[in-house]
Amino acid sequence: MNTFVQQIINFLQLGSIYALCALSFTMVYGVARLVNFAHGSIFGVSMYVLFFASTYLFNVIESTWLVYVISLVISCIVTSLIALLLERVAYTPLRNAPKVAVVVSSVGAGMVIEYLILNIAGSKALRMPSLIPNIKFDLLGVSVPLYKFMIIIIAIITMVVLNIVIKKTKLGIAMRAVSQDRVAAGFMGIQTSKVVSASFVFGAIIAAVAASLYGTAYSIFAYDVGESIIWWSFIAAVLGGIGSINGAVLGGYIIGAISVLAPIILPVSSYKDIVAFAVLIIVLLVKPTGLLGKKGIEKI
Amino acid sequence: MNTKNRERSDPILKVEDLYVSYGKIAALRGISFEVHKGDIVAMLGANGAGKTTTLNALTGVVPVKSGSISFKGKTINNLPTSKITTMGIVHVPEGRRIFPDLTVGENLRIAAYLYENKDKDLYLERRENVFKLFPRLEKRVNQLGGTLSGGEQQMLAIGRALITGGEILLLDEPSMGLAPMLVKEILNTVKKIAEDGQTIMLVEQNAMLAMDIASYCYVLETGEIVYEGTSDYIRSQKKIAEVYLG
Ligand SMILES: Nc1ncnc2c1ncn2[C@@H]1O[C@H](COP(=O)(O)OP(=O)(O)OP(=O)(O)O)[C@@H](O)[C@H]1O
Ligand SMILES: [Mg+2]
Repeated sequence: MNTFVQQIINFLQLGSIYALCALSFTMVYGVARLVNFAHGSIFGVSMYVLFFASTYLFNVIESTWLVYVISLVISCIVTSLIALLLERVAYTPLRNAPKVAVVVSSVGAGMVIEYLILNIAGSKALRMPSLIPNIKFDLLGVSVPLYKFMIIIIAIITMVVLNIVIKKTKLGIAMRAVSQDRVAAGFMGIQTSKVVSASFVFGAIIAAVAASLYGTAYSIFAYDVGESIIWWSFIAAVLGGIGSINGAVLGGYIIGAISVLAPIILPVSSYKDIVAFAVLIIVLLVKPTGLLGKKGIEKI
Repeated sequence: MNTKNRERSDPILKVEDLYVSYGKIAALRGISFEVHKGDIVAMLGANGAGKTTTLNALTGVVPVKSGSISFKGKTINNLPTSKITTMGIVHVPEGRRIFPDLTVGENLRIAAYLYENKDKDLYLERRENVFKLFPRLEKRVNQLGGTLSGGEQQMLAIGRALITGGEILLLDEPSMGLAPMLVKEILNTVKKIAEDGQTIMLVEQNAMLAMDIASYCYVLETGEIVYEGTSDYIRSQKKIAEVYLG
């Protein structure tokens, strides 16, 4: 019973982080139809901004919550600005170029950002300060740290808010319109390039939230933290149907479940990667658009 | 519409010597035309004549190679589409291009993108008007655009444009792919919209029906305007009808 509850919580925690990462990754694809391979580096930037901001703020502010909120806001702002710069430099000039050029340019831009981080912050691993008060409480006889709950709750709140924004607000409907037919969106008076930029900002903000949760869960990170994140986000997003918001969430939780279950069932923990790939390949064979992806249309 | 009127007022849309090409292929070769306030002007021509290209050049979807497009006295060559829409040219494209995964209601709401925050009442008023013109849309507000029938999609495309609202409405083959009964219905509605004072530029292959509602027509052939005149004049010229209008 104890380990069962623990595993459920571990699954929810990990799944929530993957789900947010996949969401942040899928945003840009959903609106702009381009795979943003530099997104992992954007995640890395969020980690470092969060690290430096919170480390500094803990010297001047007492409350952990306040430090968390302020450093998250700073991280969201910096990350968004870098995402906008990335769009301007690596994507906008290639608007009419073949897709492969955009892939090359996004991989390159990601490497540039990663090397910048390496040069500025060095190669040694860092430990994220605890951004959530270190309290434990009791759930069905299991002692659970508060941060695990908060990760799940913050992730869910982020997903719900994003859903409302996309479903109900003018900007959200405009994003869906641009994703479905960019030319026709122009006929509605929508400045489509601004809406695409907004998708980069959304992706960056979600990445910053995800980074804060990742940092809380795993604390130790280094300059290449984004590499495995982007990889798993990509797999989760494709599994769920790239461009689909619900698909990203579903894919994230499936990857989370595999990561928790595989080590229990299989003898070697690294088999998790193999299982994840096997699942991905089987899903894509049966449904090439991913679990919730639709053909050609509805990408967000 | 009579020729007198054309001479009296300044046109709101004036196109001079417009060239557009796709790579090496010249799609428009120096066409000139004008649209006056309150008119329905038709542009007729066979497949591939350049009708869609003309409208796309007007709204910045394809680049203008040379010539000038002026709207209310301002040159609008190669401005971004959204800017042109904002200035008051609203385009109902060929193939309707409604947003398939937005509901009918969302399709209409996004058409008010430019002013929804500032003037919600205007949006509601225009939407009421659209529902009066096309009662079938009101019953289907929660249905996805992509699940509408072709006729309903055309109604939605026109309704959307009426909500965006502009001084001139560009309609690209609203009759395409519709049953004859429905074609009549749609074109009658277009006429009704024009009677409310809306200026319209109508592109059609279905020349006979277009001439019924248009006051002035241009006939396009492989990127050039070969005839122009009032609908009565074009109709009276048997030779034109035989050769160009099928
Ligand atoms: N994107 C494009 N690339 C290359 N050529 C094009 C493109 N769009 C149109 N053309 C060519 O330009 C010419 C004019 O096409 P256009 O679509 O304007 O004709 P149309 O009069 O609207 O025809 P239809 O009645 O079939 O819609 C045609 O010869 C067409 O093949
Ligand atoms: Mg056409």
